[in-house]
Amino acid sequence: MSNILIYPIIIPLLTAMVLVFIRDRIKLQQWLTVLSLLATIAISLYTIYYVSTEQIVVLELGGWSAPYGIVLVGDMLAVILVAVASFVSLMCLLYGFQSIELGHKKHFVYPMILILVTGVNGSFLTGDIFNLFVFFEVMLIASYVLIALGGKKIQLRESIKYVLINVISSTLFVIATAYLYAATGTLNMAHLSERIALAGQEGLLTSISFLYLIVFGLKSGLLLFFWLPGSYSAPPPPIAALFAALLTKVGVYTVIRTFTLLFYHKPEITHTVMLWMAALTMILGALGAVSHWEIKKILAYNVIISVGFILFGVAVGTEQSLNGSFFYLIHDMLSKALIFITGGAIINIFGTDKLKEFSGLILFRPLLGWLFFIGVLALAGVPPLSGFVGKVAILQGALSAGELAVSIIGLITSLMVLYSVLKIFIHSFWGETLMSEGQEYSTGKHALLPGTILVVCIFAMGIGAEWVNTYIAQATEVMVNPNLYIEAVLKQISP
Amino acid sequence: MKFTDVYLQTATKILVFLIMTFSIYVLFAGHHNPGGGFIGGLITASALVLLYVAFDLQTVREVIPVDFKKLAAAGVLISVLTGVGSLVLGVPFLSQTFRYFDLPFLGKTELATALIFDLGVYMCVVGTTLTIITSISEDDI
Repeated sequence: MSNILIYPIIIPLLTAMVLVFIRDRIKLQQWLTVLSLLATIAISLYTIYYVSTEQIVVLELGGWSAPYGIVLVGDMLAVILVAVASFVSLMCLLYGFQSIELGHKKHFVYPMILILVTGVNGSFLTGDIFNLFVFFEVMLIASYVLIALGGKKIQLRESIKYVLINVISSTLFVIATAYLYAATGTLNMAHLSERIALAGQEGLLTSISFLYLIVFGLKSGLLLFFWLPGSYSAPPPPIAALFAALLTKVGVYTVIRTFTLLFYHKPEITHTVMLWMAALTMILGALGAVSHWEIKKILAYNVIISVGFILFGVAVGTEQSLNGSFFYLIHDMLSKALIFITGGAIINIFGTDKLKEFSGLILFRPLLGWLFFIGVLALAGVPPLSGFVGKVAILQGALSAGELAVSIIGLITSLMVLYSVLKIFIHSFWGETLMSEGQEYSTGKHALLPGTILVVCIFAMGIGAEWVNTYIAQATEVMVNPNLYIEAVLKQISP
Repeated sequence: MKFTDVYLQTATKILVFLIMTFSIYVLFAGHHNPGGGFIGGLITASALVLLYVAFDLQTVREVIPVDFKKLAAAGVLISVLTGVGSLVLGVPFLSQTFRYFDLPFLGKTELATALIFDLGVYMCVVGTTLTIITSISEDDI
């Protein structure tokens, strides 16, 4: 049974390798990619069901028992994220089938996307902090290729920055892990948690935790996001959608994992710093989103704002706010995919992303307009869409913990989010229709199917929030009570 | 321009086989002693790079008509599939087993499934290294 955890990692990996052999048969590649992602989704849904009814699944790779071997741990947080990540990648792929150029398709774009999914799923599932680094690298190497593929001038410029910043943060990651190993003598996360609790999180361990905060801040765009708007606007829209929906979210996940499982003993130091980092992230991100006039830049800054908002909930650290953060994280993966896919379609249609150069798309592509509009409402957190529930839970948790100032910042930045994406909507869909059939660069129709599916999901998640919450509450339970995680992995009953 | 260096080319023809043999020894030694697929792959790659230096890209490509990208992919496939074998048998992923066989010439030999995994790593390393090196040395893609 525990072997079920390996499938979300090896199915995409094996498919990616098979695709290398059928480089020229694009149609077959597309079918295999869809099939493998569907299989991954199905298996991860079953895992969610199993974890919700039975227990946390732990796989000891090669039969080496924890804490000596490497384990994969499927708690609710991890398995839900695996399911959502695989689903969102499938949606981005459905959009990408038509809008990715043929040159890219022949240069291993699908294998790379699948390797990216492998890395993302592995990062969620692993229970070993060095192994987390390895899966991070798998994901990053695939993303280096995806960002540079095509070789346009802007892509090469941004990929150099992106590679540099990630090499630096990965080096810091290894250094932090080495310090942590030197201080505790273990790399298994459950074992680490136990030992840190035993030793008390004194100055040394708290310093190490700050090193991790810097690393994951760089990866997720928490305050250290200066690289993000450039890199996310360089690749073609489907790849940008994939990055926006997945990459920073893995960083967010690692922050959640390390600061709820490992370094939760000194919240007055670590979580306070994180709180103000999140607040600054929201403010600066919102200023960036409001001030730009290119679709890609506005959307990239929106990624940053939501990272700030999710980690604001994590920094508050009460059960309710963590609940809200996780809910909002899932919502954000879905809605960022939606807004990037529909926004990407607008860019495809006009052939440019400068807001001042187009207008009047609503008569030309009404369905796309409505999908984008729902995406706008979802980002802003309008009920009954899914963002609302998460936002309410985070803000309630924050207010009951007495974080009034940052809550106000959160609310103001949501308004600025709404303004920034409505600006895209108004400028691209309202006004005089300048275009007639046949003048567009691309039909933009391929965004409609994934867009519609995502809208349905966002509605379902908002309306069925009560039902979704039963699963999310299970994930939060492990976050507030790390002993559940430790017991599952080390199989010993803590007093 | 035809590049010829008789000393280098003659030495290479012998050295390549020596290096290759050593790399395979290292690959097999890896199960119990220092060595293994990764370092074995790197040594093989170094032998092939020596060929590239002594002769030229075209000549070596005619002698060794292997698509190194596919070699790397095949290596990963083999490695992961050895793990899948343990899924079929219902034991944890990547579990390994070994048995002793009486082989001609070698006598009693231990053969482990981990060796197949290492072979995959070996192919992957050779493939990746040579893909990188040959694509840097080419002017056009």
